[in-house]
Amino acid sequence: MKRIVLFTIAVLLALPSGAQKYMTRNGYIGFYSHTALEDIKGDNNQVASVLDIATGGIVFQVLVKSFHFDKALMEEHFNENYMESEKFPKSTFNGKITNLSEVDFSKNGTYDVTVEGDLTIHGVTNKVTTKGTLEVRSDGISAASRFSLVPEDYKIEIPGLVRNNIAKSMEITVTMKYEPMSGK
Amino acid sequence: MRKLSVFLLFYMCTCALYSQDDLMDLLDQDSVPEINYATATFKSTRIMNGHSVERMPAGQLDFRISHRFGLLSSGPYEFFGLDQSNVHFGLNYGITDWLMIGIGRGTYEKTFDGFAKFTCLRQSSGARVMPVSVSILSSVALKSVKWSDPERENYFSSRLSYVGQVLIARKISQGLSLQITPSYVHRNLVPTELDPNDLFAVGAGGRIKLTRRISFNAEYYYLANPKARMSQQIYDPLSLGFDIETGGHVFQLIFTNSLAMIEKGFIGETTGNWLKGDIHFGFNISRVFTLKE
Repeated sequence: MKRIVLFTIAVLLALPSGAQKYMTRNGYIGFYSHTALEDIKGDNNQVASVLDIATGGIVFQVLVKSFHFDKALMEEHFNENYMESEKFPKSTFNGKITNLSEVDFSKNGTYDVTVEGDLTIHGVTNKVTTKGTLEVRSDGISAASRFSLVPEDYKIEIPGLVRNNIAKSMEITVTMKYEPMSGK
Repeated sequence: MRKLSVFLLFYMCTCALYSQDDLMDLLDQDSVPEINYATATFKSTRIMNGHSVERMPAGQLDFRISHRFGLLSSGPYEFFGLDQSNVHFGLNYGITDWLMIGIGRGTYEKTFDGFAKFTCLRQSSGARVMPVSVSILSSVALKSVKWSDPERENYFSSRLSYVGQVLIARKISQGLSLQITPSYVHRNLVPTELDPNDLFAVGAGGRIKLTRRISFNAEYYYLANPKARMSQQIYDPLSLGFDIETGGHVFQLIFTNSLAMIEKGFIGETTGNWLKGDIHFGFNISRVFTLKE
């Protein structure tokens, strides 16, 4: 009995030592579509994300309306015609780092990671797996990734008339600078 | 002792339950509420003939070509009006996100026109709630058609007329937007003593989206001055049509009883009667160029 209690206390004490969760509210996600006719680039600097280094859990939340474009008309069409951002205001990712054991959070350095999870865009959820890097620093953790998305996979329709202006697959860039969450 | 261990076990259980969804909840907590502005209340800066509450964003140039053909009632010899054509060219430019200016030239009375439209309220929800968007339009028209009576002493100022409008619109849902437009028209010179120099009218317009890129639009102006006392029969302008959006273009197909494409003309000088088939088919083409990114 006493042993169980001691063990439990030990576990409890171990849990809160050091920050477990890292967070940001101004991460960056951008997408880029390249065709011979037109380049389209959207930038979002208000991405919220939490990384749990104990479990490897990682979540992202993106307000679709916070994507900004060089051309105002592109931004309007992006929200009105493609993403339907009144109907689907948020895009989310809910996933896990699958090779967490290869990352030593106590040692500064850059580690390659693989992330797997559910990506929800335009109300459609798909399983995705992508590679990225984690950079452990003494004051926080940075994350970066680059991958491709096909709009059709998320039921984002592109009419024939502008088919040649919009790339078949979008290049997505993710850059996060996490800070430790206090008291969590 | 037992109580303590039960508590500890319970604590451990809750720790273990701490899962992915809680991470998502962490993000939902203490997220700052944002001001959510209504965008694209109308697809174009015009509902049909008249202005909508929308304006061009800063640095965007809208080149507009508008046509109104002859009367549908003119019959097959005139190919239902398509043999005749009235044109209006317009250049509209967004100086800032809330101020747009424009110039134009129309066949109707060989008129040059210029306007400024500024947006003073934007419909929003979230951190700041504003039920409507409000823009103010001020325009001047100069008709350059030759004097009807060159013998008379004619003044340059007689060519001018002015319009002031308050555009009040609400995007009620994704698919439905409505606008009310109190309007004032001042003509420096009118054809006869019967015709008032000042006209008061209220416009009502709206759009219903049929698909993501096509909407049905309607616009009506009620002319408050007693029409019976004017030198010719004037009708209230009624326009029905469709907005078709294709990338950088907006096509507007229009059926209207008015030939003029500027406020002064369609509010006070519409002579067509819908009931008699005095309907002009027409279209507006809007092409947007980004001058400044």
